[in-house]
Amino acid sequence: MYKSLLCLRYLRTRYIALASIISMTLGVATMIVVNSVMDGFSTDMRDRLRGILADVIVETNSLDGEPNTQDLKDRIQRAVGNDIEGMTATVEIYAMLSVQYGSQWQSKPVTLIGIDPATKATVGPLSKYLVNTSEASIPDWELSPAAMAYRKEWTTRAQWMVDRWNHNPPPMEEEVTPVEKPDSAEPLAPPKFDSKSDFESPFDSKPQVAEETDSLSNPFDKELNESVFDKAEKRDPGSPLKGRVYIGYGLVSFPYEDPDTGETKMFQIVKPGDDVKISTVTAGHPPEPTHFNATVVDLFKSEMSEHDSSLVFCNLEYLQEMRGMIDPESDEKSITSIQIKLKNPEDAAMVVSKLEEALPAGQRFRVRTWEDKQGPLLAAVEVESAILNVLLFLIIAVAGFGILAIFFMITLEKTRDIGILKALGASSNGIMSIFLSYGLALGLVGSGVGVVVGLLFVRYINEIEKFITFITGRKVFDQRIYYFPEIATHVEPMMVFWVAFGAMVIAVLASILPARKAARFHPVESLRYE
Amino acid sequence: MPQPQLAAIAVEKAYRKDKHKIPVLHGIDVEVNKGEFLSIVGQSGSGKSTLMHLFGLLDTPDVGEIYLEGQQIDDLPEHARDQIRNHVFGFIFQFYHLLPELNLLENVLSPLMIRYSTWEYWKKRKQFKQDALEIIEKVGLSHRIKHRPSELSGGEMQRAAIARALIAKPQILLADEPTGNLDSSTGKEIMDLLTNLNEQEQLTIIMVTHDNLIAAQAHRTVRLREGQIEVLGKSKSASVPA
Repeated sequence: MYKSLLCLRYLRTRYIALASIISMTLGVATMIVVNSVMDGFSTDMRDRLRGILADVIVETNSLDGEPNTQDLKDRIQRAVGNDIEGMTATVEIYAMLSVQYGSQWQSKPVTLIGIDPATKATVGPLSKYLVNTSEASIPDWELSPAAMAYRKEWTTRAQWMVDRWNHNPPPMEEEVTPVEKPDSAEPLAPPKFDSKSDFESPFDSKPQVAEETDSLSNPFDKELNESVFDKAEKRDPGSPLKGRVYIGYGLVSFPYEDPDTGETKMFQIVKPGDDVKISTVTAGHPPEPTHFNATVVDLFKSEMSEHDSSLVFCNLEYLQEMRGMIDPESDEKSITSIQIKLKNPEDAAMVVSKLEEALPAGQRFRVRTWEDKQGPLLAAVEVESAILNVLLFLIIAVAGFGILAIFFMITLEKTRDIGILKALGASSNGIMSIFLSYGLALGLVGSGVGVVVGLLFVRYINEIEKFITFITGRKVFDQRIYYFPEIATHVEPMMVFWVAFGAMVIAVLASILPARKAARFHPVESLRYE
Repeated sequence: MPQPQLAAIAVEKAYRKDKHKIPVLHGIDVEVNKGEFLSIVGQSGSGKSTLMHLFGLLDTPDVGEIYLEGQQIDDLPEHARDQIRNHVFGFIFQFYHLLPELNLLENVLSPLMIRYSTWEYWKKRKQFKQDALEIIEKVGLSHRIKHRPSELSGGEMQRAAIARALIAKPQILLADEPTGNLDSSTGKEIMDLLTNLNEQEQLTIIMVTHDNLIAAQAHRTVRLREGQIEVLGKSKSASVPA
């Protein structure tokens, strides 16, 4: 009884000891903040990666793909059917995306993924990341009314210009530079599309070479030649092309600083309804270059800059057609990968090993988890977080030495009281436990306050970031550099528990030596002390 | 001859300071009977406090034995010695030695807090508080129970210390210079309190003092000089005067 009473009284009367645990409080708070931010980063990233890429991916080694899709699916179903929640067949291939902006063509390397939105939805919430599609709906390849209207408008204008060009061609002077088209002030000039390819069978399409689409030539040359004289009457230019794509937001938008306000704004060069050109290779030996035009149905914005600036989703059948992946005789459509969503994402490693067993040898397939795809980055985050944890725990250990030093002082100050307690019959163990529980109480207070401070910091981290930015005038968390628009945090309760527990253990450990010393005071010596 | 309540037989004690051995007590025999008021007188350094510490099991003799009602107690294990200190002896010190963090009532109750576990103490706390208030009343400090030691005068602190010594219902009261730090009138009050306790409750008291006048109020005086008994006091009889 006297132990807890004295311990509480010491806690209330010795403010110097409370000062000694401030470093412990700060250490605990920092550890919680750092872990939450690191964890938030990886959790958020994992979520987005899973949403886009699924948990496990079975890929063919060759870009020709695997024709026997159903057989492959059956085998996967047999091997790990119980663990699977959904799967979707895709064609994944590298491609070049070309976008016309004004009179210039911009080309970027992309990963082109042919998907079937209906089955893709069972694998990951793709619609969540589409800018103009509601989260609940399953995305299809239809243009929204707004996009349709926009498309109508620019195709009509283009048609009108082509007509004007045809009826009243400008004088062909040598000085006239080809880029100076009549309406060059228009910021969102339509990308040129090659209507020819829409009507050709993909199999007999000649590989188109660069001269044909010379970016410096007048972009309306072709329309002038073909649409008017050949095929313009066969289709309504306002209706979307057969190829439909979702384009990563980062591919078609650029951050710029508003000169007036200094704010960072995004400048978007492609809207749903525009056409883009995609170049890739066909399946077959040897692969031949091919390209096709496609209408942008929606923009894709996962807030993960890496994906937003590299992924283009395309309608699977059209991509198969364009790449010559449909066998003309058996009508079998090849695919290059199957994305699988698991019921329990933690089983990924087990599923991978089962699939590696079940799928035919001969090195035709590779089985990977989404983690393998982003492994180095996540591993780097983990290593970083481990090192930070060690360093921060050292801070708490330093706080432990502070407690040790202060405790030695307190035991010296309390020598006489210890003598009194012993004279009154207190045992050495009793004396020791006073100081041990005092240490525990300090640890409890220190880590408790640390936990509260840390959690509050995590809760308001974006507000704090804004405040610091406001004070210093320097952006702490620049979304142009990081993956996410704001600081993501994720508080793991067990992490908080272990940090607080570790801090308390250190406080108790630090009080063991002084407590033992106090317990060994000789009562007569202590009482003589006056 | 009745068995003495507390006896020191041929005790010797020396302190070590670095390599030097400083002898304090050279073979002392002292016996105290139940209900006796014994004073031990001597100058500073004569070993009187050391003798009292040996009686109170705060220290162990180098040679010799301490007997409590015929049982040797100086060689008991530490736990048993703690128990005896708590149950048998009550201590009063020259510098009061109250715990500064606790108020008067808590200081008085501290021996009981030490004796009982938290649970047992909690069950009996009302009874204990009642006992403590009675004893505080007896030493005349009822109006001070919530005060910290730093808010009390010397005399009040010593009376609080006496109350603390009495709460555990000790058999023997060990008082080390109880008036040494007080003015003469306050000292007299304390001595009256001790005399009353001795007379009314037959409490055995061993008091250490350097003041002959104070020592004279006891039944018997043992005079120490350089670690040895010099003269036996006025009453050589071991019997308790009525």
